[in-house]
Amino acid sequence: MSNPVKGRPPRVGDAPAFRRTLIGIVLALVAIVIIAPLAVIGYQAFSQGLQVYAAAIAHPDTLHAIGLTVVTALIAVPINTAFGVAAAWAITKFDFWGRRFLLVVIEIPFSISPIVAGVAYLFVYGLQGLFGPALDSADIKILFALPGIVLASMFVTAPFVARELIPLMQAQGRDLEEAATSLGASGWRTFFSVTLPNIRWALLYGVVLCNARVMGEFGAVSVVSGNIRGQTNTLPLHIELLYHDYQTAGAFAAASILALLAVVTLIAKVLLERQGAGRARRRPGLAAPAVAPKTASAEVSS
Amino acid sequence: MARRILPGFPLALGITLVYVSIIVVLPLGALVFKAASLGFEDYWRIVSSPRAVASYRVTALSALAATAFNLVFGMALAWVLVRYRFPGRRFIDALVDLPFALPTAVAGIALTTLFAENGWFGSVPAHAGIKVAYTPLGIMVAMAFTSLPFIVRTVQPVLEDLDPALEEAAQTLGGSDRSIFLRVILPLLTPALLAGLSLSFARSLGEFGAIIFIAGNQPMSTEITALLAFIRLEEYDYQAAAAIASVLLITAFLMLAITNILQARALRYMARG
Repeated sequence: MSNPVKGRPPRVGDAPAFRRTLIGIVLALVAIVIIAPLAVIGYQAFSQGLQVYAAAIAHPDTLHAIGLTVVTALIAVPINTAFGVAAAWAITKFDFWGRRFLLVVIEIPFSISPIVAGVAYLFVYGLQGLFGPALDSADIKILFALPGIVLASMFVTAPFVARELIPLMQAQGRDLEEAATSLGASGWRTFFSVTLPNIRWALLYGVVLCNARVMGEFGAVSVVSGNIRGQTNTLPLHIELLYHDYQTAGAFAAASILALLAVVTLIAKVLLERQGAGRARRRPGLAAPAVAPKTASAEVSS
Repeated sequence: MARRILPGFPLALGITLVYVSIIVVLPLGALVFKAASLGFEDYWRIVSSPRAVASYRVTALSALAATAFNLVFGMALAWVLVRYRFPGRRFIDALVDLPFALPTAVAGIALTTLFAENGWFGSVPAHAGIKVAYTPLGIMVAMAFTSLPFIVRTVQPVLEDLDPALEEAAQTLGGSDRSIFLRVILPLLTPALLAGLSLSFARSLGEFGAIIFIAGNQPMSTEITALLAFIRLEEYDYQAAAAIASVLLITAFLMLAITNILQARALRYMARG
């Protein structure tokens, strides 16, 4: 089963000529569609030499954008992780009315255009929104400032950690935790000594994907940030600004940092998948509206 | 209600509900509230304006074309990754997720550079007078890139689990490769393909970052719906922004419902097999 090529009569599509042609066409398309975009980023970033590249990265506005992006991730990712763990604990360890509905609500951000998310936040915290006037008179800035950027990032990544944990914890059941509690362990002790070791790779997997999305988010953040150069520009927004200023080398230099982040994320993903992460949920990597518990039950029963 | 043995339910559910309410439900509610406060006539005037309708058309048609491309390419890619062994297979397998991992703005400027008239790829069709960047074709390219992994990743596991005995039986009965593929394998893949298609299409409808760089963004021809909502905001026309964003929101919910139905069917299908 695992190796369909050796020791079997040829299967459908195994004729050598067909096989070679198909592999050739697919590899050519992969080169055009996936590898070329990555290559062109590196090519453009270094097209004017290493010095221009280094100067572009060291530019104060670029450094500020990198700093803002990192700070955003440092706030949004841990909060999101805590939420994901809490949601997975509530949903998989207990039965309650509205459980399925809660799952659907958690998954909603995956299906929604980031622009819609940004616009929606404007109608909560903007001057023409629900709390805008009150916030304004209290002199609290949410939009066009760090809190807005963090909130919009938390919206687009809300399901990331929960979605990795729920199918796994569903499949693992409740027996171990129930045994631990009945032996007298406290809730926290049960979580840290029994549950966490079982879910750590999946948890890390979710955190890695969540971080990649937070650092790369463009649409939602571009609505709520106000794009103030050197103040509320995250790295993706800064790339847009440089690109539209015809500072191509600078834009691609900034883009190369995020491209590197993407490559590191992919490597981390492969390594974590070797530890079994991501397997309980057999569906696309970073953005799918899922029916998580159904996946788990389907896999348990099959 | 079942008895609860484990501790932490009030805390875990409390955190979950507070987070979901503040982060997800409140903003979407505010958007719906704002759009609803328009009144039917104003709402309809905005969402049926020629510029809005043109944006739906270019968004939907480009998404359809991109999804069709991904159907063929994604399916071939999944097939090659599952059925053949060749050097670099694992590397390609890992690369398939790049469009999800690469920030959309980065993908946008990279694709624009590649497909501009003087770019590595754009210069080829330019000889025949075909422009890719700054035309609907460019929108299609960006959509195809950002949604490529969906079809591969939904088809791949089903293809892996396909029982070889089914093909062998068909071979013994004298079926040609072509007819076995069309009459045995393809029907088995159909539920997963449909689920992947709907995910891919939905993602394309909502995509923004990768597209605005390559699209040209001309009203009535290369302006996608998400961009129109964004432009209305920048013009401080909040009502129009709310109305157009609500169209995207309703479409997203429709696609979510369709996808969930298709995925549930695909999973039931997998569980049975």
